[in-house]
Amino acid sequence: MPVAMPIADSAVLARRAEIVAALRRIVPGEGVIASEQAMRPYESDGFTAYRQLPMVVVLPETTEQVAAVLAYCHREGIRVVPRGAGTSLSGGALPLGDGVLLGMAKFNRIRSIDFANRVAVVEPGVTNLGVTQAVEHAGFYYAPDPSSQIACTIGGNVAENSGGVHCLKYGVTTNNVLGCELVLMTGEIVRLGGAHLDAAGYDLLGVITGSEGLLGVVTEATVRILKKPECARAALIGFAASEDGGECVARIIGAGIIPGGMEMMDRPAIHAAEEFVHAGYPLDVEALLIVELDGPRAEVDHLLDRVQEIANACGAVICRVSNSEEERLLFWAGRKAAFPAVGRISPDYYCMDGTIPRAKLPLVLRRMQELSAQYGLRVANVFHAGDGNLHPLILYDANKPGELDRAEAFGYDILRLCVEVGGVLTGEHGVGVEKRDLMPTMFSEADLNQQQRLKCAFDDQGLLNPGKVFPTLHRCAELGRMHVHAGRMAFPDLPRF
Amino acid sequence: MSENLRPRDHGEVEQAINWALAGGKALEIVGHGSKRPIGRAAQWDATLDLTELSGITLCEPAELVLSAKAGTPLAEIEAAVAANGQALAFEPMDYGPLLGGSAGSATIGGVLAANLSGPRRIKVGAARDHFLGVNAVSGRGETFKSGGRVVKNVTGYDLCKLLAGSWGTLAAMTEITIKTLPSAETEETLLLLKLGDAAAVKAMTAVMGSAADVSAAAHLPSPVAGRIGEIAGEDRAVTAFRLEGVAPSVAHRKALLKTLVAPFGELASLQETPSRALWRAIRDVIPFAVGGPAGGRVVWRISTAPSRGAEVGIALVERVQAELLYDWAGGLLWAALPQSDDAGAAVVRSIVGGAGGHATLIRAPAAARAKVDVFTPESGALAALTKRVRESFDPHGVLNAGRMWAGI
Repeated sequence: MPVAMPIADSAVLARRAEIVAALRRIVPGEGVIASEQAMRPYESDGFTAYRQLPMVVVLPETTEQVAAVLAYCHREGIRVVPRGAGTSLSGGALPLGDGVLLGMAKFNRIRSIDFANRVAVVEPGVTNLGVTQAVEHAGFYYAPDPSSQIACTIGGNVAENSGGVHCLKYGVTTNNVLGCELVLMTGEIVRLGGAHLDAAGYDLLGVITGSEGLLGVVTEATVRILKKPECARAALIGFAASEDGGECVARIIGAGIIPGGMEMMDRPAIHAAEEFVHAGYPLDVEALLIVELDGPRAEVDHLLDRVQEIANACGAVICRVSNSEEERLLFWAGRKAAFPAVGRISPDYYCMDGTIPRAKLPLVLRRMQELSAQYGLRVANVFHAGDGNLHPLILYDANKPGELDRAEAFGYDILRLCVEVGGVLTGEHGVGVEKRDLMPTMFSEADLNQQQRLKCAFDDQGLLNPGKVFPTLHRCAELGRMHVHAGRMAFPDLPRF
Repeated sequence: MSENLRPRDHGEVEQAINWALAGGKALEIVGHGSKRPIGRAAQWDATLDLTELSGITLCEPAELVLSAKAGTPLAEIEAAVAANGQALAFEPMDYGPLLGGSAGSATIGGVLAANLSGPRRIKVGAARDHFLGVNAVSGRGETFKSGGRVVKNVTGYDLCKLLAGSWGTLAAMTEITIKTLPSAETEETLLLLKLGDAAAVKAMTAVMGSAADVSAAAHLPSPVAGRIGEIAGEDRAVTAFRLEGVAPSVAHRKALLKTLVAPFGELASLQETPSRALWRAIRDVIPFAVGGPAGGRVVWRISTAPSRGAEVGIALVERVQAELLYDWAGGLLWAALPQSDDAGAAVVRSIVGGAGGHATLIRAPAAARAKVDVFTPESGALAALTKRVRESFDPHGVLNAGRMWAGI
């Protein structure tokens, strides 16, 4: 059941040549791409099930160019889809056939590094890892570490509020961004925040982070950099039942320990990873937990002793602690390669991203197995156990008729299950196109209308990345209408004093 | 005299706001009123008192999460999480002493609406970083929710962030969900004595860039330091660094910290109990409390880049005889100024404007708060955007209208 995108505006398409020419006047040279062949790389992002060539690709190099492009599109009623590195797993950067694809890749400079205030000012096209690489000579790093960090960009991270394996302790993007320069759809430029720690006025940066490119285009971000912990050690803990693993996670947190990373894998994921990278994972366990502690050596050793005690009390069948940096990295190698490892045992896989209250893990895994049998598709699970973020990988073969549809339906059922047990549709991949039509399982119409009213405050014509996040598009005028029942205001039960 | 509406549940909050909408009335949202004197001196037709919406509705320490109705006293929440060895890591301050009200009367809704964070903000983030989910009624009289009860969530816009620090101008929150975290097992504070403001900010900057991993860094110049019992002594400035964690880690980092700051001056330290008392006093800005030596002064709260803190502070002392307390390693200045017509606004805004950041007039007579901007004024595209955001929640100015800026 493909997600329907907004119908292309034929009046805009009819003016394509004129629009391309106008954009070339704003962004000269190679910055405007209009040939079908050259636009092909932009037809999808990391969510490859959906593809669409844009009307034209624009690669601006300056904030002024971004502002001029947006102002032009606003004036002419042309839709715009912003794009970073295109690693979104939810179709956040899926182009529109009648839209301008605004690629931010040329904004790739680090503007300044301020060690005294522990911030870096970077352009949105700088990669996530690029920030760390720019500051690591001084012993600093940028904490959010999505698994795509080698490729994904800060602009995309802000749009998606990206997380990573270390976010239980160090937070996600929103907790690590202090300021930005933002271009509104009108072409107006606003600056929010800076090197100071809290917002003046409304925390607009807080709502722009995670807004999936629907509110504005970030042209600069001020991010926090942290001192690298003195050391990190990991424990590899195996359990005969996933319930035991879940209990161990709860007891570690109950003991007041917040690990730098705490990851769980189920049997299919363990086997796939071990066959791929030979990390030395036990194959006779149902759940494998990697618990990483970081900080001063004295603290790490002290807490690891406690983690081992807890693991043993929870019936761990294996518990190994890394004794060298090589060993720690080996523990992680399997987990970090879990997605490609699953890719080896199946022609295709569909990566899901729900969050659940941790205590519901055994229930959710059990129900997932039932669904797996029902749909006739295998599923492997990797789980950010610390924060309840689940990544079920559904194995399918796109060449077999109907299997993609079945995988999608299975995935939707998993996400509905996440919401049913008190969780949410997406922990870090975003709603995008992928989960757009599931939004009503979590939000009422009134909830979604209020969110769209906020969108209207930033983008009154709905031109910026339409068709993402919200299942139904409303006109701003319609959303703004009030239904006040004047005269009907007798509320006899309401206490007054 | 204005009316006081005291709804008992979410449905009655919705009714109250619809009543106000229908009658064209403006409502002032209050809990126990501990922060009521903050903001522009505006007029409202009726009070929307949320104190009856009280009680913890979910407390799951293993999930690091707690939900409560908005009018629940902060003290009740802190006691409940403390019983599980946890705390609100953002260490919300208590405005009672600074504003002349009673201590301990804040509600969780007020804490979040004002985005109140304490000294630990430099390590763990602000209130907004711990705010996971909300049920609320907009100024349109419509119920909406945002977020959830899990930490990792990017489903839809993060309206919690927007509501945090919006001072009740967007929606009336009825129930909130926040993250709880384990309390530190122990703590200790290292003191550096007799530093000037510039040297103190240098020392704090050096510490923040080190592996000492302090959970708080503050500087109290001399007469101000003398007003906190734990560090009062001869008339001298005190720069304080808090170490928290498990005992072996605190011991290790204390050694590191000592080596790092020894070249700056004379050292002293505070063990767990006096350390806790000191940071509570810094958190609540006790040296400027009503009834104390600076009780008659106006008070500004200034947020700037931490390394610029001393430059701002020194200018304030020179130009308007400010008394200062520096928190957040220099990034948060509490400045107590002698009373004047504009409460020092012109000078404060020009100094802060030059260094970057913003200033809020926290304590001043109503006449001054009616005359000068309490929050840093916005202009141009940003001011227009703020107004549109406000109107997207509350087009008719029903909720706390005019509390932040004229019309907002």
